[in-house]
Amino acid sequence: MRAYLRTYWLLARAGFRRQATYRMALAAGIFTNSVFGVVRASILVGAVTGAGAAVAGYDALAVSSYAWWGQVLLGSVSMWGWSEVADRVRTGDIAADFLRPVPPYLTYLAVDLGRAALALLARGAPMLLIGALYSGITFATGAVEWVLGLTAVALAVAVGFLGNYLVNCAAFWLVEIRGLLMAYSVVATLLAGLYVPVHWFPEWLRIVAAATPFPSLIQTPIDILSGYAAGPAAVRAVAVQVGWVLALGVAGALATAAGRRRLEVQGG
Amino acid sequence: MASGFTAYRAILRSRVRAQQGYRVSFATDLFATVLTGLAELLEVYVIFHNTPRLGGLDFDAALLVFALANLTFAAADLLVGHCDRLPTYVREGRIDVFYLRPLSILGQLMTSEVSLRRLGRISVAVVVLGIALVRGEVAPTPTTVGMLALSIVCGTALMAGLFVAVAGLQFWLVDGREFANAFTYGGAYAAQQSSLVFPDPVRIFFTFVVPAAFTAYLPTLVILGEPGGDFADPALAWWLPAATAWVWGVALLTWRHGVRHYQGAGG
Repeated sequence: MRAYLRTYWLLARAGFRRQATYRMALAAGIFTNSVFGVVRASILVGAVTGAGAAVAGYDALAVSSYAWWGQVLLGSVSMWGWSEVADRVRTGDIAADFLRPVPPYLTYLAVDLGRAALALLARGAPMLLIGALYSGITFATGAVEWVLGLTAVALAVAVGFLGNYLVNCAAFWLVEIRGLLMAYSVVATLLAGLYVPVHWFPEWLRIVAAATPFPSLIQTPIDILSGYAAGPAAVRAVAVQVGWVLALGVAGALATAAGRRRLEVQGG
Repeated sequence: MASGFTAYRAILRSRVRAQQGYRVSFATDLFATVLTGLAELLEVYVIFHNTPRLGGLDFDAALLVFALANLTFAAADLLVGHCDRLPTYVREGRIDVFYLRPLSILGQLMTSEVSLRRLGRISVAVVVLGIALVRGEVAPTPTTVGMLALSIVCGTALMAGLFVAVAGLQFWLVDGREFANAFTYGGAYAAQQSSLVFPDPVRIFFTFVVPAAFTAYLPTLVILGEPGGDFADPALAWWLPAATAWVWGVALLTWRHGVRHYQGAGG
């Protein structure tokens, strides 16, 4: 068991170090995320100003915090076009993954958790600082909320990976999934509340969002870390995330097994 | 000159045909870009579900800004959006091939792909543009028609210039391709908003440095007769050709230096 866990720990560390090599890419990411943070915070604050009062409990400070917390998380929680597995299915490299003694599914999850940890420290933390200097940021107050909040971030990363992975599994049947991946990220970013908080949605859209795992990606960790949700509400939100990790985890395992039976690698 | 033109035409024709080969792929790509346009529209709707005005504009005016910004950006993206893949070409040494052919490197990069799937987003923008003009009860006067035409033509050129300007920088910033996104996608995102939502320094930046406000917001002020505000005077809108020239001036400068800076990937 210990040797087994050590494998995943090493994989996660490799994922972390792989990202740390590209310092220029990090600087570029911080710069670009700051520009988007400024634009997003301006829009949301503009909406609160236009409404003349707090909207769904968000005043100007709360909603600009929301925008900046979103920028903190967005490097870690992956919602955009991760297609490593789909690419490997197309090229046939996936066959090599199936020959290894660790299941490819968990291998990629471990690497992604490592990547996300680096992104949170190297890309997320500077966003927090820049956001705090630019417009101020609100934080969770209690120690329990911080523990819950950080747990929520880890779970959000897992949900994000598992969602992406499931879409990638479609490649076993379709081969080319660029359009599908793009459609997935459009829906995911919208319903996650990346641009507008889910609490601002009209009721019908809120119901749609609640039926998907996407609010678990951004809305839930922000709610807890920014202090918008605390106590039992925070615990409930984390429980929902756990539910999605389990559901998507099982679905991913089933899809991998079914895809493996379907897989046919040309040449050799 | 004539032979160069024929060569580009042949290249473009082959790119278009290549996309027609995979019909299912193309259809899903198209579906995804339509969905992108609709999702962004839904975001505008959600904002206005919570507030009657954003940055001085009501929902109908915001729709016009959205339509013009999306139309010009998506058209530029279709024509030259793949320029942001330059770092990949540099890293893989594929750019070397461009240096060997008797055509301009920029011309080759621009014609290396035409992403027809982006027609999906353009079609959403065109429909929203029609709705916004009807809802805004825009009368077809020389001013409104002229401004609309200027905005669509020069706005597309301006956005395309942004793609080329940052592509030139990529020769230095191979690993820093995300920098490019701040100006291209960031500029497009800022262009979709009323400039008045931004604090003064940010508004000045997106008006006079990266002149995104010229593609949609300022023309909208003229077309709908809105008053605007500080550093967002409707009269500025007629300077759109100058803003386009500024972006393309910078673009050709960075591109020229970039091309000369490149040393080859060895091999």
